[in-house]
Amino acid sequence: MNIDELRRKAVQIRMDLLRMIHHAKTGHTGSSLSNTDILVALYYGVMRVDAARPKWEERDRFIASKGHAVESLYCILADKGFFPKEELKTYSRFGSRLIGHPNNKVPGVEMNTGALGHGLSIAVGMAKAAKMDGKPYRVYTLMGDGEQAEGSVWEAAMAGAHYKLDNLIGIIDRNKLQISGTTEEVMGLEPLEEKWAAFGWNVVPVNGNDMAELVDALQAAPREAGKPILLMAYTTKGKGVSFAENVPHWHHHVPSDAELEQALAELAGQLQEIAGDRV
Amino acid sequence: MNQIANRQALCEKLLELARKDRDIVLLASDSRGSASMVPFVKELPEQFVETGIAEQNIVGIAAGLAHSGKKPWVTSPACFLSMRAIEQVKVDVAYSATNVKLIGISGGVSYGALGMSHHSLQDIAVTRAIPGLAVILPADRHETKRMTEALAAHEGGVYVRIGRNPVEDSYESDDYPFEIGKAVTMREGNDVTLIAAGETVRVALDAADLLRADGVGCRVLNMHTIKPLDTEAILKAAEETGRIITLEEHSIYGGLGAAVAETVVQHRPVPMRILGIPDEPAITGKTSEVFAHYGISAANVRTVALAMSGKG
Ligand SMILES: Cc1ncc(C[n+]2csc(CCOP(=O)(O)OP(=O)(O)O)c2C)c(N)n1
Repeated sequence: MNIDELRRKAVQIRMDLLRMIHHAKTGHTGSSLSNTDILVALYYGVMRVDAARPKWEERDRFIASKGHAVESLYCILADKGFFPKEELKTYSRFGSRLIGHPNNKVPGVEMNTGALGHGLSIAVGMAKAAKMDGKPYRVYTLMGDGEQAEGSVWEAAMAGAHYKLDNLIGIIDRNKLQISGTTEEVMGLEPLEEKWAAFGWNVVPVNGNDMAELVDALQAAPREAGKPILLMAYTTKGKGVSFAENVPHWHHHVPSDAELEQALAELAGQLQEIAGDRV
Repeated sequence: MNQIANRQALCEKLLELARKDRDIVLLASDSRGSASMVPFVKELPEQFVETGIAEQNIVGIAAGLAHSGKKPWVTSPACFLSMRAIEQVKVDVAYSATNVKLIGISGGVSYGALGMSHHSLQDIAVTRAIPGLAVILPADRHETKRMTEALAAHEGGVYVRIGRNPVEDSYESDDYPFEIGKAVTMREGNDVTLIAAGETVRVALDAADLLRADGVGCRVLNMHTIKPLDTEAILKAAEETGRIITLEEHSIYGGLGAAVAETVVQHRPVPMRILGIPDEPAITGKTSEVFAHYGISAANVRTVALAMSGKG
């Protein structure tokens, strides 16, 4: 897909996830909107996955370490045909397999996540296995910035560098918000890029809501033999929906009927703008 | 239906106590909202410590505060506080005998559709295996209030689990004695005893009402303290009613039922049934849907009790 097609896809996924959350009356709206561009860049622009063969051995692996933002992931997997789109309507319902955090009963989901601070360790294990077996696949994991307060993240960071896992790409959704406020108020992280660099990672800052930058940065990986990559993706929580952008309580707020309508209208406008760009 | 969640009742009482006792310190792990602790943070910011998303760290910091004479109350999601930080709970709190109150919020299946990562259905099993740690599940807002006072007066480590949503009252008021380690007899009866804790107390009371209509005298024990366990009340129930049913929002392994069974089987064997969540990732849904699915309901308790007493 070219960059415009990817940008359009991201808008469509935002529409899908808002409808899904609205229908289910639960979900992490701001968190999912925040990382939609990153996931679209991965799933439609960079990663080698095949909906017909979810367990294909050579596939690239993605671990949603910030598992609460599962809505964007489920919408993308459905859109790619890993499971029927109709099923999105069962999200969070009694007995559904589409539960509120990634669930590996769902085709395309590698691991069950949701407890923060697990994803990077798992990704280290997968990337190490690829090295042991001489397999070409890459492992991507998306973390929250609030999640960086978990000590296990840094244990995994050490291991990733120690084992020279240049097939491992950690991505931080640096939207500077968590639940209780800004990350710098709750538990200061800065200088975050320097910390990762000091842990032996190749740190690549990028605008995480800019499709061209994202695809560029992801496709250029790996950059340095023997070094894992940390993509510091600067994003806006709630991206794409004006009234949700940078508002902490949209972390897991559910849009009302009127809010959904307004959000969809705004997103439809963005679709037109992208189309307009092209002609 | 009562609209006050137990976490809210706890915040109100704790705030009241902390205004008078400046050594009380509240801690939260990016969870002050879900713990309903925002009023506390607003009013007494000097008595509040935020750790961010770091459950091991929060317990260790609390132990350090306690060692230095503070009275820390840690509020954090029950699933992570009880399991992710369990080694800090074992070593820094229980083993080192620091006065830390660990309040697990949104326990059991009250996080509903968020799935097994967010359910705490093993917390009683792990915490009650730790020497010196008290384990308490209050039934409703009234009991939460009484318990909070009792805990403030208690020196030592405690793990408390409370749910997320308002629960129907089990008590008519908060005007009753609450004692750590002492079960409360909520209904008298001599045919069968229901033992429950936390949000299942209400279910047990409803079941007892159904059974009364069937002519079955049903005793209900609110075993709010799972450790130290009120073995006296259990043995008396075994002796006088001859049958016991336990009811819990927990895995059938290692929880209230297991604790009661350990006592019964060693000292006064009588027929027992343990109702809880089976050994599987719990089905997701609202608490009421999950409870109904696993037979943690007044109707099912009635069926089990009738069968046990030969009247089914
Ligand atoms: C171990 C653990 N502790 C607490 C939580 C509860 N929780 C879910 S999302 C969240 C905030 C995440 O913030 P951040 O990592 O910045 O991600 P964002 O949604 O802002 O992208 C918290 C505390 C959790 N899921 N796991």
